[in-house]
Amino acid sequence: MAEAERKRTAAEEALARHFAALSGDDPMREQRASAFDAFLQRGLPHRRIEEWKYTDLRALMRDAPGPAAPAAPEAAKAALANADVFAEIDRARIVFVNGHFVPALSDLSGLEKDVEFASFGRFLADGGALLDRACDQADESEAPVLALNGAFVTDGAVIRIRDGAKLARPLEIVTAFAGEEPGLQTLRHQVSVGEGAEAVILQSYVGPDGVAYHTNAVAELRIAKGAKVKWVKAQEEGDAALHLGLVLPRVDAGAVFDPFFFAAGSAVARSEIRLVFDGEGASAGIRGATIARDRQHIDTTLIVDHAVPHCTSQEFFKSAIDDEAKGVFQGRINVWPDAQKTEGKMMSQALLLSEGAEFANKPELEIFADDVVCGHGATCGEIDEEMLFFMRARGVPLEEAERLLVHAFLAEAIEEIGDEDVIAALEARTRSWLSLGSEVR
Amino acid sequence: MLEIDNLHAKVAEDEAEILRGLSLKVGAGEVHAIMGPNGSGKSTLSYILAGKEDYEVTDGSVTYKGEDLLEMEPDERAAAGLFLAFQYPIEIPGVGTMTFLKTAMNAQRKARGEPELSTPDFMRTVREVAASLNITPEMLKRPLNVGFSGGEKKRNEILQMALLEPSLCVMDETDSGLDIDALRVVADGVNRMRSPERSIVVITHYQRLLEYIVPDFVHVMSRGRIVKSGGRELALELEEKGYADYVEAA
Repeated sequence: MAEAERKRTAAEEALARHFAALSGDDPMREQRASAFDAFLQRGLPHRRIEEWKYTDLRALMRDAPGPAAPAAPEAAKAALANADVFAEIDRARIVFVNGHFVPALSDLSGLEKDVEFASFGRFLADGGALLDRACDQADESEAPVLALNGAFVTDGAVIRIRDGAKLARPLEIVTAFAGEEPGLQTLRHQVSVGEGAEAVILQSYVGPDGVAYHTNAVAELRIAKGAKVKWVKAQEEGDAALHLGLVLPRVDAGAVFDPFFFAAGSAVARSEIRLVFDGEGASAGIRGATIARDRQHIDTTLIVDHAVPHCTSQEFFKSAIDDEAKGVFQGRINVWPDAQKTEGKMMSQALLLSEGAEFANKPELEIFADDVVCGHGATCGEIDEEMLFFMRARGVPLEEAERLLVHAFLAEAIEEIGDEDVIAALEARTRSWLSLGSEVR
Repeated sequence: MLEIDNLHAKVAEDEAEILRGLSLKVGAGEVHAIMGPNGSGKSTLSYILAGKEDYEVTDGSVTYKGEDLLEMEPDERAAAGLFLAFQYPIEIPGVGTMTFLKTAMNAQRKARGEPELSTPDFMRTVREVAASLNITPEMLKRPLNVGFSGGEKKRNEILQMALLEPSLCVMDETDSGLDIDALRVVADGVNRMRSPERSIVVITHYQRLLEYIVPDFVHVMSRGRIVKSGGRELALELEEKGYADYVEAA
């Protein structure tokens, strides 16, 4: 049956209604309409589309709430109280609540001379010159998350880090949801890091449990020559939330880009990164740690394009899946014909902690160059019985011993981040999610 | 303290019996040595006492402080005061030694309805005991047993034993892999723990360890049962004549 004739799902119907209800005098109207048309062409992705085989949004996304109302100042402040993911780190903050920039809660002090910031919302109101895509590695017609983002975007962070700047402290982008009513928050970030600049950019996603809100966040990144960037995302959305994230980095010559994806929240999440190497000698270490339980569905998907020679990519993901939860890892490394001397190493390891836990582990290598070193590995296993017995023989109850070992397993990925403060923060978050006490050193 | 009566056991998925009617009584404050050739079932006995799931008890009973030990989970046994010093202590990457020690101590205290240790009290106690066993603060900072030599792992076992203050210590081949100096440190650590309320079962292949940890009773184990019991002199006799007679006898 052709898509045009297919009966729309309830969520698709709802999206169409919400789109029709958007303000008519929006200067972005045409661009939004074209994005929404691109979405409608194919509708919500489903299991017969290869990239969405394990995360069937048609089945998982039963309804679609309309754009969330901006939060009242007190509610926004309260929502932020939960956003303590990186509380231990001295960092600057750009805060979005319900899809809107909240200047009163943001703090960029200390970064004035190195960072230019504007809210995307301002550009949208002006007719959105910035919607000229900073990156073109994903096409709205085939990336439904991007298409929906283009249709419903309300705000985001436009950040320029000057050439040669070394940020005095990390910069955090907070995405918080406030309120008891479901709503949609849609953000588009555009971040460009200048030549030779160094930055740690953190993102936290938080919201209330029990509220079926949706988050759609797209980040377009340009990492200029010789820049060094850590991009650390902590997805700790409320337990009924749906989270769709897409990161589109272009990495220029000699740059080092290290993203990390920590995922523990939401009912359903898909975090996707599509990275393109633009210049020779660049490298990326793409890593992550996932904790999923109850009936959570957490998907991490990455596509790395080696289009030029002498680039290195390392992917290392660890997932701990419990109860009836499902984890998905899809990693594709494309090595195009010109990309000689590419080094690519991908590893995804999952621990299944219950009979009902499920993990789809799908690493792929597509290599069209002949002088490369590439490898991948994927494992799914259970907790080491010998270790468990040893700990129990010392008096540690089974469940606590398991949680200690899960923490140890995930920490192996977290420790690769290479920034002591961030490692400590994410290890503490992991312990918190696993209900473990603090580390003794 | 411990009463093992006519214990029969096998590896869960196997037919062959490893323990074939083993009986042993250990009173409070006593030190018993169990000696025997390879394959006589010594390590199996220690694992069954600690509650390892790989084994199946087919007959007999084990009573510890008046309770049916075999009905208890491994962590319940530990909280009730049973400690197994492993022949091959496990390396656990990613779990810090200090974190592990504190978790184990507090889990046991919690199970016994005692208040948890504060971090400063815990740190002070660990440092004192560690120093007496030549365990450096650097070793304590590492993940549990990771990068430890064989001797360091064994000393780490004694550290855990000293901190957890068990009432029954089962020491499985604690002397294996130890040089003479390490052996002395370990034996001193064990001897410091001897008390009228604490019983110790030393499982060993060689007489050597018993020169340092002097037992009250010595038992010879062969083919899954105790075939002879005696005083300390029995160990010396074994050293001289070997196990051959007893293997025949079993």
